[in-house]
Amino acid sequence: MSWHSIKARKLRQKAAFWVFRGAMALVVGSLGGIIVFIVAHGISAISWEFLTAPPREAMTQGGIFPAIMGTVYLTMGAILVGLPLGVASAIYLSEYAKDGKTLAVIRLGIQNLAGVPSVIFGLFGLALFCIFFKMGVSILAGSLTLGILILPTIIGASEEALRQVPATFREASLALGATRWQTIRKVVLPAALPGVLTGSILGIGRAAGETAPIMFTAATFYTLATPTSPFDEVMALPYHIYVLATAGTHIDQTRPLQYGTVLVLMTLVLGLCLSAILLRARMRKNKRW
Amino acid sequence: MDSASYEATADEAMGEPLEDSCRPPLELTPLTDRGDARVRRIFLGLASVSVLIMGLIVIFLFREGLGLFRTVPVADFLTRSDWYPTYDPAGFGVLALIAGSLSVTAISSLIAVPLGVGSAIYLAGVSNRRVREWVKPAIELLASLPSVVLGFVGMVVMAPMLQEWLDIPTGLNILNASLMLALMAIPTICSISEDALHNVPREWAEASYALGATQWETLVKVYVPGALSGIGTAVILGMSRAMGETMVVLMVAGGAAQIPSSIFDSVRPLPATIAAEMGETPFGSEHYFALFAIGIVLFVITLVFNLVAAYVSRRFQQRGSATL
Repeated sequence: MSWHSIKARKLRQKAAFWVFRGAMALVVGSLGGIIVFIVAHGISAISWEFLTAPPREAMTQGGIFPAIMGTVYLTMGAILVGLPLGVASAIYLSEYAKDGKTLAVIRLGIQNLAGVPSVIFGLFGLALFCIFFKMGVSILAGSLTLGILILPTIIGASEEALRQVPATFREASLALGATRWQTIRKVVLPAALPGVLTGSILGIGRAAGETAPIMFTAATFYTLATPTSPFDEVMALPYHIYVLATAGTHIDQTRPLQYGTVLVLMTLVLGLCLSAILLRARMRKNKRW
Repeated sequence: MDSASYEATADEAMGEPLEDSCRPPLELTPLTDRGDARVRRIFLGLASVSVLIMGLIVIFLFREGLGLFRTVPVADFLTRSDWYPTYDPAGFGVLALIAGSLSVTAISSLIAVPLGVGSAIYLAGVSNRRVREWVKPAIELLASLPSVVLGFVGMVVMAPMLQEWLDIPTGLNILNASLMLALMAIPTICSISEDALHNVPREWAEASYALGATQWETLVKVYVPGALSGIGTAVILGMSRAMGETMVVLMVAGGAAQIPSSIFDSVRPLPATIAAEMGETPFGSEHYFALFAIGIVLFVITLVFNLVAAYVSRRFQQRGSATL
């Protein structure tokens, strides 16, 4: 059988394809395996008390309610910062910007912002918000830090959504005498809303799962007090996992609680991301144009 | 129309939608775009915030980081490997930390690039459409797995396993961190590479089939070269992600500030050092400045990665109808 015979070529194809199937299987298998493993080990820790009670007995008993609430506050704050700025930036990029230096600079800024490591956002938040603006370690400082962290995600998704609105929509509106801004507000934005929503959900998911940016800006190891102002520090799920797994004096005793907390965080983040993906798939299917 | 009513229109435009009954008749809308120019400027201002933040990040990193160099020469900082920030006299050499970062990034790329690009080739060229429709979003979903979860798995599951199997003193080492970082980077690499492969023009493949090439030959000689810039971008972005990732290396790399000699050594990569030490560092101390100086090093390295990625995707842009 020669190297060039059609039989040999088919055989090579078959062998190569199995290699790639193997690669794919390994990737999906290991990542899927991690998820299954966490679910299997964490599910027994989940109870009503775990989700609604604060930690007790030096963290070895009780629940993670304050950490859940902390994460909720931080992500809500982050989206309050990131969504308006992100959507406004996307509107500028898609509707107003003309090619030129200004646009190039703004794009470069957004691109590089997306590539900044999360721990650098933490340093930045610490230096600017906590120290320079004297916010201290607080929900406010953490939310602002997370808000700018998710800005590129929201801009990217929103711009794509805006660009997918057909030009004829805008032309029809402008032809009726509407100004550009009226067109954007009444025609383009409503049509792009599902896409913007997808981007926001992805942003929320990202903000909820990040640890490094809140380590020095918002999170604290342990507090019983429910935060009463944006200047309070909070517990947060990702930081709680890190602390329980590395710094406690009862690392082995709290193992079930650690698995439980990981499961809660993972469910929250993957659930948000899944809903964004489903929303997008639905949107593509039901597209009216 | 006088300027006062322009103001009114512009203000209305910024506020809540009007009730239909009190909406001004269409002919009152200004025919020029003068009112709109103001709105445009507002959006330009908001879009510039990203640039402003980028500038502020640079300013604040350098403002705090350069404080170290009043007492420690830059050359010592970059070329010595004695990181003893709390000793007296303190050592602030970051070479071992840089070596730690580079080693985990390199090893994780060795794992992640073949697997990531291989899976992308599988999705784009081997699998049928139904599989692709399911697996592509699943990969995207896996990309959103929080890093602290992977760090936890590396620490609690992988480390004891490695320690037992390989009979080594600690499972918290370069190998373990690289495996976990690879799992973080693979979805990124796979997803971007797959997009690039998918965007190679159909006609190219059809031409190849018409010449009698098999599916595999077409994949290797047409699709992959055609998508090379996209795949290159994907690889660099994946590496940049591994370089800047904090929680995995903080929890899994072992934390020893030494220049590694084997993949079973513990290291202390740059992000891990910042994250581990910033909590206990008094504001304004030499140590505090040093951690910001590390931030500068990390920032510059990842910035170079990202600029190279941007350059590769522009310089070797895909031809024909396939622009990434």
